[in-house]
Amino acid sequence: MSDMPRGRATGSPPVVAGYAPEPPGTHPPLDHPDYRSTALRFPRRPLVPLPHRLTEVTGPLLGEGRVTGRDHDLTVQHGGEPLGERIVVAGRVLDADGRPLPDTLVEVWQANAAGRYRHDGDRHPAPLDPNFSGAGRCVTDAEGRFRFVTVKPGAYPWRNHDNAWRPAHIHFSVFGRAFVQRLITQMYFPGDPLFAFDPILGSVPEQARERLVSRLDMDLTTPEWALGYRWDIVLRGRDATPFEDEEDRP
Amino acid sequence: MTLPQTPSQTIGPFFAVGLPWPDGPEVVAEATPGVVRIGGRVLDGAGDPAPDALVETWQADPAGRFAHPDDPRGPAGRAFRGFGRCPTHAEGRWAIRTLKPGPLPAPDGGAEAPHLDVSVFARGLLGRLVTRIYFPDEADANAADPLLASIADPGVRGRLVAVADGDGLRFDIHLQGAQETPFLAI
Repeated sequence: MSDMPRGRATGSPPVVAGYAPEPPGTHPPLDHPDYRSTALRFPRRPLVPLPHRLTEVTGPLLGEGRVTGRDHDLTVQHGGEPLGERIVVAGRVLDADGRPLPDTLVEVWQANAAGRYRHDGDRHPAPLDPNFSGAGRCVTDAEGRFRFVTVKPGAYPWRNHDNAWRPAHIHFSVFGRAFVQRLITQMYFPGDPLFAFDPILGSVPEQARERLVSRLDMDLTTPEWALGYRWDIVLRGRDATPFEDEEDRP
Repeated sequence: MTLPQTPSQTIGPFFAVGLPWPDGPEVVAEATPGVVRIGGRVLDGAGDPAPDALVETWQADPAGRFAHPDDPRGPAGRAFRGFGRCPTHAEGRWAIRTLKPGPLPAPDGGAEAPHLDVSVFARGLLGRLVTRIYFPDEADANAADPLLASIADPGVRGRLVAVADGDGLRFDIHLQGAQETPFLAI
């Protein structure tokens, strides 16, 4: 990768390499009646197309200074260890072309092992854990890798419909390299029997749902200490530009 | 190689556990010369405030440059975070403090008027909404901006332009309804 300017541009317009369109069937529709809160919040007007220009192909590079050494370990943020099943969650942030995204900020938040968030709005009568805040962050390494230590979050009830329960999940926020790559999503745990009843996971096109489910990884699992779950995050890839096509020709 | 992309999910109602930063709304420090306050409310289709949304902004510096290696003109010479993040509160209000960005050269030889790219996340939104904020004191540049020019209805187009409000700018985000904000497909 070269950081050299490709075209100095007072007068000559910049050549901006855009990002590839998102394949249909990737994301949930914004209008999803089974998730009731969408009803008054999804836009009803058609979206206005915005070709990728300078603001869209750049983005905040926020790694440095946002993370301290132990922010990735949600089990050491208080005087004692949180209750629950200790786990390691690790993976890579990649683009759809398979390129790792290094030095990018990954933020997570989650309920505690009893299924309760440390948030005033959470009215689930399950105990708070004085040793668990449920927030973590890290910056990916040169290979795009991230790693968190935490406890497995509990399932919890919500008021979407009668007897509604969310499957255990960890919220993830990632920036990638460009504004167009920004993603907020949720990671689930394999084999959760609540999947079939969850309108939020169920909003994802069926063939894409498994991409949100981590897998138990015995290589990541640490003997006598913690189960390991692996999950990769894949953000948008680049458009092939004429410039790059020229270079690729034999 | 093409890997299957990760789908989005809602930010949910409890992101305040992890995402707000103490300096999130301060793209620049309050005492910075030229600082401008931009804020407003996030409202749902019934006109009620959304008190559980997250608004993020991304923009060029006042010279129209980005501190980023993919700016083909080369990275900006000075550090400017360019990024703002503010959760909404009880009345659906959000606000950031920043510097007005410069105009940007467009690929067709024209120019993009000064603007901020905006991401909106909220409970009830299964994916990110994207919009832009333009500036009310840039009538000529706005008239020549390619995105604004692509919106035929002047009433709808005008919703992307912030409104002068005291010593700052107001930009309300209507998720739905008669005044629905134009959202962008990127």
